[in-house]
Amino acid sequence: MAVPKIWRKIPEYYNLIGKLCPECNAKFFPKRTVCKNCGCTRMQDYKFEGKGKIVTYTIIRTSMSDPEQEINEQAARNIPYALAIIKLKEGPMLTAQIIDCGDSELNIGKKVKKVFRKILENGPSGVIQYGYKFKIDK
Amino acid sequence: MTVGIISWGSYIPRFRIKVEDIAKANGSNPEQIKNALMISEKSLPGIDEDTITISVEAARQAIKNIDSKKIGAIYIGSESHPYAVKPTSTVVGEAIELGNNYTAADLEFACKAGTAGIQICLGLVKSGMMDMALTGGADTAQSKPGDPLEYTAAAGGAVFVIGKEDVVAVINETVSFTSDTPDFWRREKEEYPSHGGAFTGQPAYYRHVINATKNLMEKAKTRPENYDYAIFHQPNGKFPRRVAKILGFNEQQISPGLLVGYIGNTYSGASMLGLAAVLDIAKPGQRILVTSYGSGAGSDSFDITVTDKILFNQKRTKKVLDLIKDKIYVDYSKYLRNTQ
Repeated sequence: MAVPKIWRKIPEYYNLIGKLCPECNAKFFPKRTVCKNCGCTRMQDYKFEGKGKIVTYTIIRTSMSDPEQEINEQAARNIPYALAIIKLKEGPMLTAQIIDCGDSELNIGKKVKKVFRKILENGPSGVIQYGYKFKIDK
Repeated sequence: MTVGIISWGSYIPRFRIKVEDIAKANGSNPEQIKNALMISEKSLPGIDEDTITISVEAARQAIKNIDSKKIGAIYIGSESHPYAVKPTSTVVGEAIELGNNYTAADLEFACKAGTAGIQICLGLVKSGMMDMALTGGADTAQSKPGDPLEYTAAAGGAVFVIGKEDVVAVINETVSFTSDTPDFWRREKEEYPSHGGAFTGQPAYYRHVINATKNLMEKAKTRPENYDYAIFHQPNGKFPRRVAKILGFNEQQISPGLLVGYIGNTYSGASMLGLAAVLDIAKPGQRILVTSYGSGAGSDSFDITVTDKILFNQKRTKKVLDLIKDKIYVDYSKYLRNTQ
């Protein structure tokens, strides 16, 4: 991923900053400039608490493909890992990795909370991208 | 002016490896190693954890109890900063949403960079330059496979916020003892540190820890029996116990802050996590002595008195003991994958 794009996404990746529509109160993650419900363009930043539930998940057992030749050694070594669709407490859904747990701890409906982790290493000399992953909320 | 710790936060990765598993891979006798180092297991980072992620998690714990907008400085001490050039401290600042009006720098002084940060923050707050300053010590410690260090080099860290309002632990005095002693080092671009074997003991660890602690007690006009807790840097289980005995401290004073047996040596995080573990349980009025040690070499020593404000923080802060108990064991192959 290009450095400016990584930089622009820091608020979203570090602190789950999405958008709130001041007209209809709808909340969105990731950010959007126009409310998809009412067309409002005065969207405001909104920080999601980072708690939610697993809607569905899968275990990835093969390393990710790399069509843009962004060699990602870290992700390649990380298999198997759990990838889940998570419904945040405030409503929106997102896709994220579930970390630090065994297969037996994973269940649909399980409560999860955000943690701060390394997401990608753009090769040994590239910038390191940090952001949200989730873990089981005990 | 009363200045001291106003909040703290800790983080230890969930993964552990037992001494037996490392000894098996190295063809060594685990009981001999356990007796020599007085350690049974150690923490290791997840494959996606590093000094930055550990510092962020600890800092997020630390700012739960305070108005973080007043923080004017961030210093993170480590010997495993992920970048050679680009600070860890700015990522921490962004992740705890400090805005842009703060100063930041990364510190490096082997295992004592974190306590050096406490001294810098103390100076900034005492001088009136700012109301609050945040400092942390964290590491994902490196060790060459097969080296004796492999049994102890661990991962973890703690963050402290220094301020002058609602102080939970007053820092009464601090002194340092520093010299040019090449006992442990890592050259530029080298993957693993090197060390002088037994030389890391007498002229290095013991000389600096003993002198710093003695100088502190002289300055504070205290004696070992005046302290409820004492924390010494803990590269293994033997050094801090022996130094405590030499200085006149007993097992009861040192055991609450002696974590190395359960999580290993978290380098820059070691004495910081020991202090955090003690703050988790200390009662108002109790007195704490902390002496760190960083190879190369130096020791920072602190005389601390706990205030009644600590009770509020203790209810809200994640306890070091709970972090130690929350663990997943891994085998040697997973350990190698996560640490190389």
